[in-house]
Amino acid sequence: MALRLPSKVLEHILSFIDSNEDRNSVSLVCKSWFETERKTRKRVFVGNCYAVSPAAVARRFPEMRSLTLKGKPHFADYNLVPDGWGGYACPWVDALAAKSPSLEEIRLKRMVVTDECLEKIAASFKDFKVLVLTSCEGFSTDGIAAIASTCRNLRVLELRECIVEDLGGDWLSYFPKTSTSLVSLDFSCLDSEVKISDLERLVSRSPNLKSLKLNPAVTLDGLVSILSRAPQLTELGTGSFAAELKPEAFSKLSKAFSNCKQLQSLSGLWDVLPEYLPALYSVCPGLISLNLSYATVRMPDLVELLRRCSKLQKLWVMDLIEDKGLEAVATYCKELRELRVFPSEPDLDATNIPVTEQGLVYVSKGCRKLESVLYFCVQFTNAALITIARKRPNLKCFRLCVIEPFAPDYKTNEPLDKGFKAIAEGCKDLRRLSVSGLLSDKAFKYIGKHAKKVRMLSIAFAGDSDLMLHHLLSGCESLKKLEIRDCPFGDTALLENAAKLETMRSLWMSSCFVSFGACKLLSQKMPRLNVEVIDEHPPKTRPESSPVERIYIYRTVAGPRMDTPEFVWTLHKNPEIGVSRLAIK
Amino acid sequence: MAYEKVNELNLKDTELCLGLPGRTEEIKQEQEVSCVRSNNKRQFEETLDDEESTPPTKTQIVGWPPVRSYRKNNSVSYVKVSMDGAPYLRKIDLKTYKNYPELLKALENMFKFTVGEYSEREGYKGSGFVPTYEDKDGDWMLVGDVPWDMFSSSCKRLRIMKGSDAPALDSSSL
Repeated sequence: MALRLPSKVLEHILSFIDSNEDRNSVSLVCKSWFETERKTRKRVFVGNCYAVSPAAVARRFPEMRSLTLKGKPHFADYNLVPDGWGGYACPWVDALAAKSPSLEEIRLKRMVVTDECLEKIAASFKDFKVLVLTSCEGFSTDGIAAIASTCRNLRVLELRECIVEDLGGDWLSYFPKTSTSLVSLDFSCLDSEVKISDLERLVSRSPNLKSLKLNPAVTLDGLVSILSRAPQLTELGTGSFAAELKPEAFSKLSKAFSNCKQLQSLSGLWDVLPEYLPALYSVCPGLISLNLSYATVRMPDLVELLRRCSKLQKLWVMDLIEDKGLEAVATYCKELRELRVFPSEPDLDATNIPVTEQGLVYVSKGCRKLESVLYFCVQFTNAALITIARKRPNLKCFRLCVIEPFAPDYKTNEPLDKGFKAIAEGCKDLRRLSVSGLLSDKAFKYIGKHAKKVRMLSIAFAGDSDLMLHHLLSGCESLKKLEIRDCPFGDTALLENAAKLETMRSLWMSSCFVSFGACKLLSQKMPRLNVEVIDEHPPKTRPESSPVERIYIYRTVAGPRMDTPEFVWTLHKNPEIGVSRLAIK
Repeated sequence: MAYEKVNELNLKDTELCLGLPGRTEEIKQEQEVSCVRSNNKRQFEETLDDEESTPPTKTQIVGWPPVRSYRKNNSVSYVKVSMDGAPYLRKIDLKTYKNYPELLKALENMFKFTVGEYSEREGYKGSGFVPTYEDKDGDWMLVGDVPWDMFSSSCKRLRIMKGSDAPALDSSSL
């Protein structure tokens, strides 16, 4: 006798399940579970905007209230994806405006968003509440004004590191005088000055405002005035601290901060002079997150600040912190979960990077809860990696950027194979890994063998042969995103592991030796993959064996995309009759 | 050596490439893409294994180190400034200046001197102080010849040469 769970009961159970991974599993059980799940999913996540059509998403999830979309591949962050490649938000907004008018939240990452698109959002979704744009581009402050003026119940407006055509600070005045719903506002990436009186008024009438991130154009005086009107803030991004230090200004600032008793997260701090840091001391004991990555403050001042931050869980800082400063972090910030150390001179020629592998070793030893690392330095050693792996088996994200390409272990001159082997083997929960330095195929054999939970892997200037790629594609069971640059091989491993690519979100390879013929063959073999050859300067004739500049492969149920620019080659645009037999070396 | 490039724009030298200088006929580089185009994998290895010659002058590799341009634009670029005869060096953040006049004014204030009048033809005339800089290739160049943006991204250090040490650049010395 088959017992069937009444759909009302199933619905009730599902209301407790938020994780989309779990919901995806639920939807695979049987048709009725699929139906119940899809009708109750409110938060939809689409990791690749070209993997599925907007209409299909709207159709499947009629109760969708929140949509998160990602567009360009991650390496677009480092200028490896030419302008005009794609990732347009418009088709999505158009489809959703028609089919999902109850949509309340849109979160976009690495997408091209136009003013028209923003105006459409403002006009189409009556109860629109949340707009978060991360690393997006293509719009101006006029589009922001449209959102501000039209979305009566807007709660969240965050522009995170977007490239915005800044037409002035007027957009802020477009928030209606009656709007009181704001919870979070982030305009830190805008250049223009906003009228401080407009900001003061907006803040004063927004009792629910918890997060405010100002742009560098907001002065210290402005900051003081805002803080005095919003002492309830939990997250603050300051404006510029560049003003000359005056004693009254300092004490006003100090007092303003000390009144913010709920502040947990602090960022901004552009151009902060060390003399101003003591004004922050009163909030340090409560801080959970501190982003000093734009603050060119030196080690002694950093240590004075950080030793007061005993509750700190997330620290982003520049390498000016030096190994010594990281030793202090290891001593005082015992709750640290995430550390990012950015290069103060992000330059290949930089010879004087003040952190070494020792700094990361200190933190790995001292901070038991450390699980996420992004670390830039000039060189590294296997011994350090082995120590880090041994001390911190709980690492979930490990991104090491040894700035010198092909840099071996500088003490033994060996490749860093053993070190990354230790990381892959020891950190069993590792989800994200970026490797660098001199690495042979062996390193990738170890990674393929042990890194069973790694979902995202980034590789540059590494490996000896196709074996590297083969180890990864055949070994890493959970691999979803693989991005590779400047590794001179590709064909054989790619074609042998073609089926694996359908289990992944995407594969990016640039400046490798993937031949044009292999790309064509792969496209023909795998109809459910979009294979894009991205060549800004394609040769006049393209023999099968010629290497391509970049290849971006992703699984899709939406078929070939129609909005490719000229420099993107797809099989769909170029149907070939008969692919000649490849001589794969 | 520093004056070799003043009048002649050596395009080959400004071309970006990953290998050693002189291998450009095998490894063709596009300006924007760091791409080793060669069907011969050994070619790639050869450029790396060549330890006998002097290390290649480091050139820019697109997108490396992997720092978001948003962050790069906000980062500092401190360069050392030396003045002939001064007992110690100073450091300035080039990003705080938007153009040559601002920079020169700051230098004049810092070291208490005045720089002469700049002309493309004759460099700085009038004061005996000549502002020069070391670029990414290790060459010493005259401040002011190239567009500001190009200068500020390629300047590694500054040196203010004094009167007698700064040879006059006239047609007889070329």
